[in-house]
Amino acid sequence: MIAFVVRRLLQSILVLLAVGFIAFSLFTYVGDPINNMVGQDTTLAQRAELRERLGLDDPFVVQYGRFLLNAAQGDFGISYRHRRPVAQLIAERVPATLELSLVAAALALFIGVPMGVYTGLHRRGFLSQVFLALSLIGISLPTFLIGILLILVFGVLSQDINAAIGFHLVPQLPTFGRGDTVQLGWWSTGFLTESGLLALILPSITLALFQMTLIMRLVRSEMLEVLRTDYIKFARARGLSNRAVNFGHALKNTLVPVITITGLQLGSIIAFALITEQVFQWPGMGLLFIQAISEVDIPVMAAYLMLVGFFFVVINLVVDLLYYVVDPRLRADKAVAAGHQ
Amino acid sequence: MTSTQANHPLLRVDNLRIEIPGRRGTLVAVDDISFHIDEGEVLGVVGESGAGKSLTGSAVIGLLEPPCRIAGGEIHFDGRRIDNLPYEQLRRIRGRHVGMVFQDPLTSLNPLYTVGRQLTETILTHNDLSEKGARKRALELLREVGIPAAERRIDQYPHEFSGGMRQRVVIALALCANPRLVIADEPTTALDVSIQAQIITLLKRLCRDHGAAVMLVTHDMGVIAETADRVAVMYAGRIVEVGPVAEVVLRAKHPYTVGLMGSIPLVGHDVERLTQIDGAMPRLDAIPPGCAFNPRCPRAFEPCLRERPELLTVGPVEAACWLHGGTSGGGGGHD
Repeated sequence: MIAFVVRRLLQSILVLLAVGFIAFSLFTYVGDPINNMVGQDTTLAQRAELRERLGLDDPFVVQYGRFLLNAAQGDFGISYRHRRPVAQLIAERVPATLELSLVAAALALFIGVPMGVYTGLHRRGFLSQVFLALSLIGISLPTFLIGILLILVFGVLSQDINAAIGFHLVPQLPTFGRGDTVQLGWWSTGFLTESGLLALILPSITLALFQMTLIMRLVRSEMLEVLRTDYIKFARARGLSNRAVNFGHALKNTLVPVITITGLQLGSIIAFALITEQVFQWPGMGLLFIQAISEVDIPVMAAYLMLVGFFFVVINLVVDLLYYVVDPRLRADKAVAAGHQ
Repeated sequence: MTSTQANHPLLRVDNLRIEIPGRRGTLVAVDDISFHIDEGEVLGVVGESGAGKSLTGSAVIGLLEPPCRIAGGEIHFDGRRIDNLPYEQLRRIRGRHVGMVFQDPLTSLNPLYTVGRQLTETILTHNDLSEKGARKRALELLREVGIPAAERRIDQYPHEFSGGMRQRVVIALALCANPRLVIADEPTTALDVSIQAQIITLLKRLCRDHGAAVMLVTHDMGVIAETADRVAVMYAGRIVEVGPVAEVVLRAKHPYTVGLMGSIPLVGHDVERLTQIDGAMPRLDAIPPGCAFNPRCPRAFEPCLRERPELLTVGPVEAACWLHGGTSGGGGGHD
């Protein structure tokens, strides 16, 4: 088990190195950062000098090596645009992204799984058909469009709608930024203020909707699959209660694929939060990254990509470990060998 | 036990009809069958694949899977009609009064729970016991079905057991609550030939010890001959012959049963080819008029093509064949 974790950690480092290598090889093509840093009257000689000082005239492999050397010592460089250490910039932005992502993931799980179970158990029920039809919307609408529609309804038109129908149906919700935050050490949280919580609603729904519908459809199809198996029929034949059969026996058997997908999705929620962050001007890493791209702020881009790669790797490791918790067939290789002599 | 026997059989199935609604019309998978099982009796149900044996077993325990449904008839257990009970009441009968053993032990057990957990869960559902008491009972059951080192095995997962051992666990699960009837749906089909006899012997001994009657569904005539008290032969959704096992095996009345018996190879007899019944059982949507067996029957004659024979008493057995009695044909008085 420990050997497995160590092996996976070593593989993770390789993955991260590869991510960085690809990132740096692409930076050559994203534009010239110097243009954004200097005025129009800067001479060519001055530009060349700045370029040399920043090491931008080196081949990308050399730049990458230098980045790795510094990163290993905890130094991710200085942002060209903000002229502050990148580590500091990202540390300020990480809480916003992680809080948004976690709320979205929780929404997706705690709504998606029960809906999946329900639609799996009541295959032909009216409510199931409604859920399935709605899930098509969630699957097919792009995130930014959902965000903009939510802003339109709950931000722009809510007063008009309420006035038109005569009572207060659509609440007015914040559509911009994080609201008030509270500083806990270096972590700034929006969970502790009312405006912070309200501000989370629309972005987290936007971010969660796709994942929620994906999880719902996945759980549903897995449930349908498992409910057909012999051991479910046998569990019923043993006279177990519906609850024990459906949740104890069936749901648990759907968990391995659900954990896989949820884990991967959590990674992409964090990574693709940048679209939602852009739409809602959420002050997270994604927004920082998008700004960095337009400014060709290479140190910020490099650190962000490495960080997202790191999240993915860690989440995948956790997913692999969860398999062992859920499915005894994976952890008992040795016992099988012993059992059959 | 014997007092009830006088009044009514343990299980009585009257005119059971099972339909499978489909896009191109409704198929009749089990057509108007009646049989009974007495307290402590072993009834063998034989027939080819698709004859409706397993569906009948599932219907008795109320576990027909949609779209299959009971379209007619009644099922009485211990004098009480059970086929129209609401799900929750039927559930209380399942496991406690009627146990079931399925065909494939490899897929009958939930792979994610230990054998002990599945046993105690079932025991606790049906008995008022503490966790500890249930575990003790589970251990007893495992020993009873002949699992060596039960104390160690109880905390293992199904994948750590071999097929035969798993079927023993499945039998232990079916007997958890001392049911009075066990429906065994092809309990040995998926097992190694060398294990089959062991499992059948075990099943028979345990059911005798626990006083449980058995409905043994199989297509293995050899198993029936060794195990059953009475046997019902099914063909294309109907019972074609039913009677005491010795009579049916040795002096089969229905040509189909005769063919089934003839196709069992005898050890020590050299034969060029195994005997077989020519042709195949008709598909459910193409059952011929008259006797369903008539296209394959070597002795078919005119009434067989015209009218479907009902089960008629022929000496110690009942057979649905115009060769034996019947008013419309000339075959009466045969034998």
